[in-house]
Amino acid sequence: MSALNELRALKPSKGAKRVRDKSDTQDNKAAAVFLAPWLIGFFAITLGPIVASLYLSFTNYNLLQNPQFTGLTNIERMVQDSDLGSSLVVTLTYVVVSVPLQLAVALAIAVLLDRGMRGLSFYRSVLYLPSLLGGSVAIAVLWRLVFGGDGLLNALLAIFGIHGPSWIGSPNTALGTLIVLHIWTFGAPMVIFLAGLRQIPPEFYEAASTDGATKWRQFRSITLPLLSPIVFFNFVLGIIGAFQSFTQAYVISNGSGGPTNSTLFITLYLYQKAFGSLQMGYASAIAWLLLLLVAAATAINFWASKYWVFYDD
Amino acid sequence: MTDQSTTIRTTPSVSGDPDYSSRRDAVRSASLRRQRLSSIGKHTLLVVLSLVMLYPVLWMVASSLRPDGYIFNNPSLILDTFASENYTNGWSALQQPFGTYLLNSAIVVVGAILGNLLSCSLAAYAFARLRFRFKRLAFGAMLVTMMLPIQVLIIPQYVIYAQLGWINTFLPLIVPKFLATDGFFVFLMVQFIRGIPRELDEAARIDGAGHARIFLQIMLPLMKPALATAAIFTFIWTWNDFFSQLIFVTEPDKYTSSVALRQFIDPTGQSDFGALFAMSVVTLVPVFLAFLFGQRFLLRGIATSGGK
Repeated sequence: MSALNELRALKPSKGAKRVRDKSDTQDNKAAAVFLAPWLIGFFAITLGPIVASLYLSFTNYNLLQNPQFTGLTNIERMVQDSDLGSSLVVTLTYVVVSVPLQLAVALAIAVLLDRGMRGLSFYRSVLYLPSLLGGSVAIAVLWRLVFGGDGLLNALLAIFGIHGPSWIGSPNTALGTLIVLHIWTFGAPMVIFLAGLRQIPPEFYEAASTDGATKWRQFRSITLPLLSPIVFFNFVLGIIGAFQSFTQAYVISNGSGGPTNSTLFITLYLYQKAFGSLQMGYASAIAWLLLLLVAAATAINFWASKYWVFYDD
Repeated sequence: MTDQSTTIRTTPSVSGDPDYSSRRDAVRSASLRRQRLSSIGKHTLLVVLSLVMLYPVLWMVASSLRPDGYIFNNPSLILDTFASENYTNGWSALQQPFGTYLLNSAIVVVGAILGNLLSCSLAAYAFARLRFRFKRLAFGAMLVTMMLPIQVLIIPQYVIYAQLGWINTFLPLIVPKFLATDGFFVFLMVQFIRGIPRELDEAARIDGAGHARIFLQIMLPLMKPALATAAIFTFIWTWNDFFSQLIFVTEPDKYTSSVALRQFIDPTGQSDFGALFAMSVVTLVPVFLAFLFGQRFLLRGIATSGGK
């Protein structure tokens, strides 16, 4: 069971009354001890800060003086803030383009890596490795030098007589290089897909093949439906993760989100406001906007899953 | 793909045909040939893909060993001249020797691993084995925090740590790990404990063992694979982390390797790229080693987290 399925299962079903007997609560004391670290963490550095940042969203706060309540001023400012507008466009473009592309590649390669194929574990390792390295500053640095004006890509293009632009220096292509970087880390969802594919009984394919189903048909009618809960899992977590991307855009643009805001992820804009110009109140409002976006995207995903995710339970 | 010849062979009416055996051989060899061709095509594709995927990283390693001025416009992976000067230059290019930053990262990583293993295993035992009030609510809350963007917490956390005087220490990077804030690992361990037969703890209960003893003497030893997975993921994620280290660690002597690496990039574009590459490679080596030796646990960890 994935974390998402657990959440789904926790939703109280209609009409089902919970029975609570004495044994239900017999471990209360032990549980308090075992859960003490988690409880402290949950209240002190998770729930508390969420509530605090909601309050700060309605204040003017620069860390030095006490927060001043300013009502809806921050929200009015957000509506008029064109930089925030571009950061939303950049972030949404990145999420909507990079996540499905990465998953499509991950799924295609996972299907290609048939069970029992020679060299499977070798390919899996090699293709998985970038997803471990991809979040690091070092790889973001590398990306700068691969897609820079006299970078690796242009050196390769020069062999064919093509004079390439600075890919990270041009507003039209800078975000594209970040999307390529995201796709490059397809190894993690690929491994999850591989584990899921292994759960599908081979007899299904044998039967379909005997009935004359083409490979494509088998993929459409067997693989996709049976794998859909895992596609869903990867999709939901991929979207939540992509909304929070920061390091790569920060390093590639030197913290500016440039050129001309083309890599200004909302996280980067929030960082600039909070820790660049100490506008903690306004930055909190942006953080809450991000939280609401992530929550809305997740809610839409859960709602839409009714139409395409196939649960056999 | 199923073998077509199997289906044909088991059809009695056809096997009576005198021409059948030669026809069958022809069919079989054609299908084998097709299979072999598609297999060759597949391997070619995968080898090319693997090379394309690794090429940028290999190029970075090769470039880090080239003399300065030979890095750009050179897509080759083969070294004509070998120079280690980038490594010596890079090591001493910033205020502190690069070893200091690596050591700082290592301190944070070790603290984070200890914290995660301890606090997450405790919480996981409670969620997997104990019965208590508000369990569903607490478990649901834990799952939801896994999906929470860290950005919505970071400003109030910064205020709290500033009041505690923790800014520019490693405490904001380590202490939360001792409070089981990485829900992913709690969940991973809950999954693992659920797979351990309950008879084991029940037998211990009958022998009079309390939860502390069951946890320490039965669960923890059995949980070694899950603990290893959590340790290796914590290692890699903490080593690679940038956002929180950038915010909480502000003085050069406390920089972690991620934050230090970023200092190489000069806004004016006059960076020493050879040194930058060399130190980038240095920071990737620990991650690569963790991958090399911990791969089994990493693969199992992400497969179970996503499994149905």
